[in-house]
Amino acid sequence: MEIYILLGFVLILSIYLGLELISKVPSTLHTPLMSGANAISGIALVGALVLSQDTELQTILAFLAVFFASINVFGGYLVTNRMLKMFKKK
Amino acid sequence: MIFSIDISALQNITYIFSSILFISGIKMLGKESTAVKGNLLSAIAMLVAVGVTCIGIINPLILFAGVLMGAIVGSLIALKVKMTSIPEMVALFNGFGGLATFLIAWSEFNNQPESIFQSSLIMITLAIGGITFTGSIVAYGKLSERLKIAKTSIITKIFTTIFYISISFLLYSIFITPFLAPSFEFFIVLLVLVLLGGIGFVLPIGGGDMPVVISLLNSFSGIAAAFAGLILLNNVLIVAGSLVGASGLILTIIMAKAMNRSINNILFVGYASSKSKSNIEEQGEVNPISVSDAYLILENASSVLIVPGYGMAVAQAQHSVRELGELLEENGTDVKYGIHPVAGRMPGHMNVLLAEANVSYDILAEPEDVNPSMDAVDVALVIGANDVVNPSATEEPGSPIYGMPIIEAHNAKTVFVLKRSMSSGFAGVQNPLFFKTNTRMLFGDAKESISGLVSEFKD
Repeated sequence: MEIYILLGFVLILSIYLGLELISKVPSTLHTPLMSGANAISGIALVGALVLSQDTELQTILAFLAVFFASINVFGGYLVTNRMLKMFKKK
Repeated sequence: MIFSIDISALQNITYIFSSILFISGIKMLGKESTAVKGNLLSAIAMLVAVGVTCIGIINPLILFAGVLMGAIVGSLIALKVKMTSIPEMVALFNGFGGLATFLIAWSEFNNQPESIFQSSLIMITLAIGGITFTGSIVAYGKLSERLKIAKTSIITKIFTTIFYISISFLLYSIFITPFLAPSFEFFIVLLVLVLLGGIGFVLPIGGGDMPVVISLLNSFSGIAAAFAGLILLNNVLIVAGSLVGASGLILTIIMAKAMNRSINNILFVGYASSKSKSNIEEQGEVNPISVSDAYLILENASSVLIVPGYGMAVAQAQHSVRELGELLEENGTDVKYGIHPVAGRMPGHMNVLLAEANVSYDILAEPEDVNPSMDAVDVALVIGANDVVNPSATEEPGSPIYGMPIIEAHNAKTVFVLKRSMSSGFAGVQNPLFFKTNTRMLFGDAKESISGLVSEFKD
């Protein structure tokens, strides 16, 4: 149980940190921020890679989780990058 | 032995390093000058975290095949997609992130959770991940206009009901877990319910409210990843997931504020039920104008404010608009764009479209920047925007949109409204702007009208 309290602490602090960091974002960056944050949520890939695979079902689930998280990661970063490159100042 | 460092300790130390990179990355993503670097930094953070995780994984062949296939599919979609379809692409990727956490929770349930607390965590993660997945897929369908189911249709009502059932069932399962270990069948019921519930969560939400729901789903995908981190006792998942959750939440709040509505009202009530009896029918006459007359006025204008809305996106008029803006500038006119935060179907939709058409971002201004100097504007050119320029929001206390911050185009000397027909906007509120004495209606397809103006300028 102690570990959960510790991790819960990390969770709360990170959310608070996130709220502080991004509180003032210009509207030009709303879409890229959303898309960039979306790519970060692909961090689920790390979780998918360490899943235990004792049964066949679990192997299939792990494979699928890795597959979809990778789409999220690669697609997310590339789309964000493409979008940001379009924003130009004269 | 110097090489016998515990792998798990090495991974955890690397995760701290990676978390720092994620934090700096997302911070830099919030400023125009550093955004590209910020995105790169967070990509490096991801690479580092994933790289160190790959040490000593089970079945590396199968998993690497998964990464490779995902990388190919993701990259192909990201590089092939047209910039105009960005909103639905973001929704789709978001859904895949949700699906991954949903699958993680499913797999962990098969692991025989050690404690009551852990099985509750698994069920919560399963629910958030599942709702994010199917909700985002529905959002994808709505944004790409492949899915057209009316809010009032029976299908919507059925799915909405399932959404409420799935939430009740989730609470019930968490409540009974301490007394009786959840059986496999029980879990499967929850699994199916949350997937269907996600559909019911997004289905009743209308087009103009999409920016809010997209931001919220974005936040959910982060929270789901953070919860998966709690299940797997993994720090980097918690930190990165929380950052995404926070950024999605901020966008959601910005969008809701821009509409002057509570998140609760947007998600569960909608405009239809909040409508008051203020449909005063003292509208009067509208004054239509032809393209050539509009050209004569524009040619003599010294400052022009372009106010784009969803109609510009539908007509794909952004390139013609940019061309018109450049011609006006060559003619010595001061050109600015007034962008409302909720114009379009997702946060920043107009900014992306105009950036794609090569409009410099420093002439894109927010409502609070353009409103104070509005009476000095000779022509406000409203292109396919409606609710965001509706003066009822400032003048008519009984109106459903009263109090919403708008772009006060009606204070400009002349207003041109480019519009297909006289239909009302998403909010279903009649727009008094169309009947003002300084307003001229330029009816027709926005792209054709703008192209007409462009060719007048060229002659």
